Amino acid sequence: MEKRKEIFPLGIPGHNLGEIEREIDNTEPPAWPINEELKEVGKRINRIDARAKVTGQAKYTSDMQLPGMLYAKFLRANVPHATIRSIDTSKAENLPGVHAVHIVRNTSEEGEASETFPGVKYVGQPLAGVAADTLDIAKEAVSLIEVNYDEKSFVIDLEDAMQPDAPLVFDAPMGAQVDGGDVGVVHEGDKGEGNLRGPSTSSFYGGPRGDVEQGFAEADVIVEQTYRTQVHTHMPLETHGVVIDWTSDEMLVYASTQNTANVRNELADYFDLPKSKVRVICDFMGGGFGAKHSAGSFGPMAATLSKKTGRPVWLMIDRKEEHLAEGNRPNSIQTLKIGARNDGTLTAIDQKSYGTAGVGLGAGVGRVAQVLYECPNFRTEQYDVLTHAGPGAAWRAPGNVQGAFGVEQAIDELAEKLSMDPLALRDKIDKSEVRRVERMRGAERFGWSQRKKAGSSQGTIKKGMGMAQSCWPRFVTLNSSVEVRVLNDGSVEIRSSVQDIGTGTKTVLAQVVAEELGLKTTDITVRIGDTLFPDGPGSGGSVVTGSITPPARNAAYEVKMKLFEQLAAKWETESGKLVARDGQILHIEDASKKIAFKEALRGMRTGQITATASRTNDYGGFQQPWGLAYGDLGSVQFAEVSVNTDTGFVKVDRIVAAHSCGRPLNIGQLESQINGGVIQGVSYALYENRVMDSSTGHFMNANAHQYKVPYSMEIPEIEIEIVEEYTASSSTDAYGIGEPANIATAVAIANAVYNAIGVRIYEIPITPARILKALNKVYE
Amino acid sequence: MHSITVTVNGQAYTKEVEARLLLVHFIRDVLALTGTHIGCDTSNCGACTILINGRSVKSCTQFAVQADGKEITTVEGMAGEALHPIQEGFKEEHGLQCGFCTPGMIMRASDLLSKNPNPSEEEIRWAISGNLCRCTGYNNIVKAIKYAASKMTEEVVES
Repeated sequence: MEKRKEIFPLGIPGHNLGEIEREIDNTEPPAWPINEELKEVGKRINRIDARAKVTGQAKYTSDMQLPGMLYAKFLRANVPHATIRSIDTSKAENLPGVHAVHIVRNTSEEGEASETFPGVKYVGQPLAGVAADTLDIAKEAVSLIEVNYDEKSFVIDLEDAMQPDAPLVFDAPMGAQVDGGDVGVVHEGDKGEGNLRGPSTSSFYGGPRGDVEQGFAEADVIVEQTYRTQVHTHMPLETHGVVIDWTSDEMLVYASTQNTANVRNELADYFDLPKSKVRVICDFMGGGFGAKHSAGSFGPMAATLSKKTGRPVWLMIDRKEEHLAEGNRPNSIQTLKIGARNDGTLTAIDQKSYGTAGVGLGAGVGRVAQVLYECPNFRTEQYDVLTHAGPGAAWRAPGNVQGAFGVEQAIDELAEKLSMDPLALRDKIDKSEVRRVERMRGAERFGWSQRKKAGSSQGTIKKGMGMAQSCWPRFVTLNSSVEVRVLNDGSVEIRSSVQDIGTGTKTVLAQVVAEELGLKTTDITVRIGDTLFPDGPGSGGSVVTGSITPPARNAAYEVKMKLFEQLAAKWETESGKLVARDGQILHIEDASKKIAFKEALRGMRTGQITATASRTNDYGGFQQPWGLAYGDLGSVQFAEVSVNTDTGFVKVDRIVAAHSCGRPLNIGQLESQINGGVIQGVSYALYENRVMDSSTGHFMNANAHQYKVPYSMEIPEIEIEIVEEYTASSSTDAYGIGEPANIATAVAIANAVYNAIGVRIYEIPITPARILKALNKVYE
Repeated sequence: MHSITVTVNGQAYTKEVEARLLLVHFIRDVLALTGTHIGCDTSNCGACTILINGRSVKSCTQFAVQADGKEITTVEGMAGEALHPIQEGFKEEHGLQCGFCTPGMIMRASDLLSKNPNPSEEEIRWAISGNLCRCTGYNNIVKAIKYAASKMTEEVVES
């Protein structure tokens, strides 16, 4: 391919902004200047789908009503471990209004003797489904199904499951889980004994390094501690589910999903259909946070019931089912030992963790210990522990939120032992330039200089300040494609299967294409979330913006160049002399040659000009060819808390969140996402906790009132500092923010609580009981 | 079955309903007004908030038969040609992400502003304390309601 050289902005405005020359493919558009000089990109632009959302016109999957549609309901196991002797569905089938009953058969022999029914491994496991005229009838029918269980002993608690004599969850090896909770750390299901799997000791950044024992021998100070985190469920306001119409030879699927392409692939695979015969649509979806990448068990069930009945089937699960069976952030028990010299230089990090994703894998603690700070000697051992509980799933920055909770408290403790300010220690050991700027700007805004010595706050309500950092890889999904079409009525359309999970993907796509074509964001029609269109990435791992906006711009550029060629022929000039700006196409030398963009489209030879572009490699190459870019998405968050030492109640008063994500595309949407990450972090630190009854195996607070999530009264003041950072990586140079926003908050709060009361809390959620216990105000 | 007559967004409907039918299901399934969402099944989340005779009510806490003879407003009834100032506030202040809680928040805000046209931040937070946003955009939701309050106050002054 022909190449050309191009100068790109590089660095951080207001700090070290410079330029770099890159050799790029000739099909790539020209370099954009920094945001200050752009018109649509980098601005606070209203969401293009806001009107649909505020008027109730937006149709979510749960809103779909198709002609002849039936409603389906799952029967779920109500014991945690059993073999099923028989299932009697005759009463359910005879209930008027019931159209079909389908029993889940044992299709997988993984970890199982071959039996008719799958082995029951957790309360809430789907066993059968009913399709009926109404949801009430379906529910009644489910209650009429009789299951004859052969119950077995079970294990719920993480530490109990680690004992050699614990009841086994799987009695054979298991493969890696596709939708496992972690990204990048290999969870080896085929090794380990009893309920233990692993250890995983490496990630895509490599394995252990140096000599950890030698490193501790060289240390002047050592911090060694055990940290514990809880199980945390996603609880999207719209539950998981689908509406499926498989009444013709093509399966039509409306799914509440953050990955339309993957749902299509799973269903095509499950039913042995060509991908072209499965169409998945997700126009609006009510939250996912990592748990909605898969067709789950509801996809195959609804498809089967639709096939059996010859009718469309609605299958949305309810709030309780959502908690029981559709994902959670696994818990962890982590031991961490960190050694340092007197000047702060780290000499060794040794990490060991155990966590349970229930019947799933992916309960590791990520890569924060491995990569956040320079340290020549490093070792991690991350074990998965199987228990009789619902499977985990990716949850914003899987693994890394748990890992950061240990690492960033240990670094705080280390700073104190070294008599260093926590920021000064990080200046010494953190090589990231963008985090250095985030620490500076964030500390200034937060008023870090007002921070007092730990435990020195007077009175009943003690104030404290803390901070913590995070890192997240710049992942790119190379299988990301977009079609841009201009039509001869003057309209412009973007098409991709990528979905908008709520973060504003539709709007940033429109902004990028509008900027390229010299139009307004509101001029662009965005049709996404439909597998009829080219494959887009899943909305996970903060990959979307970095993966899909460069091909969107490139496709728009290609369309524009085709249009320019037609126009140049008409004007008898060269297409290279034309530019599109402010809604017009202009000749750069001849002021008489200009035409409104929409007018130019009306003069096209064909009804449309279209181009499809796919994500190209980063201009400077990748760290890993599958799409691991150089650099990382760093954040620094600061927390101020009040701790009532009589009641134990903790209130987060203020968070300052300093973040970078390459070139920011939409400031309003970015702030919304950071607010969300921060508040979910507050909630993880203080409130949310899955409570399991280890004597029955039941999830005791599987609802919206006892599973405590934050409401409007529990929200801190949040100030956001966005640091623009140009890396000359792609035609938009933009990345996502979903995961980074959520990693550092809980541990920044834990550090602030320590600063307030002078006693460290090593376990979340930081409940009043834990505070009072730490203050020796309760007696056991 | 029971015959009920309900006025929804200015239009009168007479329908035969089962006694056990919840009002939220009547609105969504019978009238096909799906802007009123269901988020929790236990009347905690407020996604199904509507107005009954001008007062905000979580529509999963009532049966359809209880609405007989009443006037209901759902989110679909808020906008005329232009957006209602509350809707405009959510758009202008980025008071939404996934948008699933938004209709309930808007209806709750409508009730608040009809009684208290110039609420403090604290009063707004209390007013929406029964409405759950899991994308957790509360700070911008508060700004959106403030935006609406000042816009509606201006409109009153002008007229």
